[in-house]
Amino acid sequence: MEKLIAWIDDRFPLTKVWNEHLAQYYAPKNFNFWYYFGSLALLVLVNQIVTGIFLTMNYKPDAALAFGSVQYIMYDVSWGWLIRYMHSVGASMFFVIVYLHMFRGLLYGSHRQPRELIWIFGALIFVALMAEAFMGYLLPWGNMSYWGAQVIISLFTAIPYVGNGLARWVRGDFVVSDATLNRFFAFHVIALPLVLVALVFVHLVALHKVGSNNPDGIEIKKKKGSNGIPLDGIPFHPYYTVKDIVGVTVFLMVFAAIIFFAPSMGGKFLEHDNFIPANILSTPLDIVPLWYFTPFYSMLRASTTDFTHGMLAVSTVLVAGLAFFTRKGAMAKVASVIIAAVLVLGMFTLEAKLWGVIMMGSSIVLIFFLPWLDRSPVKSIRYRGALYKGALTVFVISFILLGYLGTKSPDAVSLFLFKNVLWAQIFTLVYLGFFVLMPWYTKIDKTKPVPERVTFK
Amino acid sequence: MSEDGVDRGKRRFLIALTTGVGTVGIVFAATPFVLSMNPSARARAAGAPVDVDISKLELGQMLVVAWRGKPVYIVNRTKAMLAQLSNNVSLLVDPYSKVKSQQPPYAENIYRARKPEILVVLGVCTHLGCAPSRAFTVGAASGLGANWPGGFFCHCHGSKYDMSGRVFKNVPAPLNLDVPPYMYLTDTLIRVGSDKKKGAA
Amino acid sequence: MKKILLSLLLALLPVVAHADEGPKLDHVRIDLSDRASLQRGARIFVNYCLSCHSAAYLRYNRMGHDLGISNQLVKQDLLFAGDKVGDRMQAVMPAVEAKKWFGVAPPDLTLEARYRGTDWIYTYMRSFYRDPKSFSGWNNTVFPHVAMPFVLYGWQGEQRAVFSTRKLVSHTVENGKPVTEVSEEKVFDHFVLAKPGTMTPKQYDQSMRDLVNFMAYMAEPAKLERIRVGIYVLIFLAVFLVLAILLKKEYWKDVH
Repeated sequence: MEKLIAWIDDRFPLTKVWNEHLAQYYAPKNFNFWYYFGSLALLVLVNQIVTGIFLTMNYKPDAALAFGSVQYIMYDVSWGWLIRYMHSVGASMFFVIVYLHMFRGLLYGSHRQPRELIWIFGALIFVALMAEAFMGYLLPWGNMSYWGAQVIISLFTAIPYVGNGLARWVRGDFVVSDATLNRFFAFHVIALPLVLVALVFVHLVALHKVGSNNPDGIEIKKKKGSNGIPLDGIPFHPYYTVKDIVGVTVFLMVFAAIIFFAPSMGGKFLEHDNFIPANILSTPLDIVPLWYFTPFYSMLRASTTDFTHGMLAVSTVLVAGLAFFTRKGAMAKVASVIIAAVLVLGMFTLEAKLWGVIMMGSSIVLIFFLPWLDRSPVKSIRYRGALYKGALTVFVISFILLGYLGTKSPDAVSLFLFKNVLWAQIFTLVYLGFFVLMPWYTKIDKTKPVPERVTFK
Repeated sequence: MSEDGVDRGKRRFLIALTTGVGTVGIVFAATPFVLSMNPSARARAAGAPVDVDISKLELGQMLVVAWRGKPVYIVNRTKAMLAQLSNNVSLLVDPYSKVKSQQPPYAENIYRARKPEILVVLGVCTHLGCAPSRAFTVGAASGLGANWPGGFFCHCHGSKYDMSGRVFKNVPAPLNLDVPPYMYLTDTLIRVGSDKKKGAA
Repeated sequence: MKKILLSLLLALLPVVAHADEGPKLDHVRIDLSDRASLQRGARIFVNYCLSCHSAAYLRYNRMGHDLGISNQLVKQDLLFAGDKVGDRMQAVMPAVEAKKWFGVAPPDLTLEARYRGTDWIYTYMRSFYRDPKSFSGWNNTVFPHVAMPFVLYGWQGEQRAVFSTRKLVSHTVENGKPVTEVSEEKVFDHFVLAKPGTMTPKQYDQSMRDLVNFMAYMAEPAKLERIRVGIYVLIFLAVFLVLAILLKKEYWKDVH
């Protein structure tokens, strides 16, 4: 055995990779509950790829055959139902895990210097994952698949001048059709999975370059023992491998419980309207994207004309005000004035639909800038003040309620007092405000002193 | 962090236990995936037995039907064809159909059939799976030499079989043509794919 | 940390799900382990529904196997001439032909129970009433102006729908002035059995329960197996979890 490993090591850095990334990769010893979701995301990625491969063996990307081939998998292929449920439930679980994984970053400042690139790669994974999920959702060719794709692709038409052409180009037809299905299949099964795997790889490479953050937000590499090993670090293998096995098992129990006992999750994971084939002539009564898109869908629907005009007016005043009161140089002042002018111009020329798309787009783009928006001297929420804690709480509540409102009709009253659309507007402002105001409230927030070493009981 | 006072035996035991149980779990999890690649209900339905009416099959003629997506040759052999079969013995690899895999027990004879006149074989060459063509004409007129006793010829790689689907020596194919399970429902109705009296799916 | 989670939970409390508008549906108890009921339902489905509707994702032999009906019996009782036990359940009447008769092609019903829900089908099948104004002579309170004629009227008999009127008050703004409009709306109240059928209402409800039970099976034949396998999987994972926790504890003794 040793000889074999030596033989391989001469030709391939097996032992080196093993040591650098597992046996001698020192991770902080104080990881808590929130640190399971990274390895779980990897597990679900593998699950999606493996089940996806087996689904592809029987699926037919053809508008006339797609729906039937999915039912063929459910009815005729041995264990096909299990493989499909693993994939459909896995998609939802992927988002659950990724949202929790991102929330962990907000809790403990995992996006802060020197981990900005890890965060950016992660945000890219999130965007790729949304594209992957959106395209995969069309493949069963159910009626909700069809109309969901129809609606979302129509977002492109909001772009002035080129919008209609762009939407046609994406669809390859004047409506969502066989051509769209076929290209979405290509993207879903090969293009985006390759992108995802590559991004996950660089996400991990960047992580292992700088080392993991921890619930205290302390750089363990700053305190090293005489042997050069961080005092608060433990080898990832075996300590975190055995710990992650526990996490994986608990997750698998939740995963299995959903797959075997509630795979449709009451219409949340598999929608009722997707049990009939795509029908060009009949739109489902409530077109609702799957739950993981509903927060963003809510923001899109929140942008009525009045709302966008109000928002633009306020932003213009803010930017203009910044131009006069900022202590920065002349360049910054000129830039602010230009931005204000563009906003005013846009307010009178562009329609609300486009601003909705811009708002939804910026809600995702803002995530990328998080490492630079956060000006707090500390990373972890444990040592931050009430301002950040409050902002994060309100942000998370808004995000969840935006998701809830996204499944409801805008004109109904689902919360209290106001129509859904008004609530969605309020929560959209909170969502955007969390990011836009972050440089201000993190700077003035009262922080606690950070200890030298991590807390470990 | 220290490893003093560690019970190494206990660790080894726990590792072995979790590895063992984990491996069982992975095998269980992999099983549905492996099984999903078996023929589906659709494929099995298409592979159901086929009933063939041979009342219109004339002497010396061949009928081709599909069963499980493979061609099944049904030949109504003439007296001359049957007579020739025993003359071929020395030229054949397995003249008495001793290789069990190639036919059901009731076809382990030189006719390789339930009834000598009617031959039922799969038209799938045992070399690489081409469909041999009929070469029933005897002698030079067949294009297979003056000594050709009549049979089947595979164009792909030149394998030759006699009128019982038995393979000749010195050709690429190693085995006689497969005889599928079959039975006579009546004198003129053959069920290909099943030889059991009761409900085969 | 716990405070954040707690406040999240509290914030979600006022979120109360509102029922969607629509006809009131009667609940039907689904029991996929009740084979006798499933078999009766299968018979009704094949003899009545399958004339016009297909159930094209299900095969006869699969149904027979799952419901405990032998292939022999499936052939005798349920198969149409010329069909094989391995065939999918196709409608007797070709879809094109049916479209000529009813104006719409009768939809495939394999997945109907997952699309509409079992309560919907159960209520629908019991909500046909005589309506001379409609094309087929029948109408339905759950599915108004449905193209399907009431095939089972021999069983249930003829129902008449009794409507009550409800005042609708709507407030709108026209030309800057508030306008209040009052209109009357017909609201379904209850059914009257005008002409009894061969079954008592109780028998008919029982038969429809059997039918819906079968359709629930049909929409997901693997459901019982799914639950059975799921229990084993969870038991296995629970055992493995104990081992994993022991292993983790053993190793983490090193970490101080």
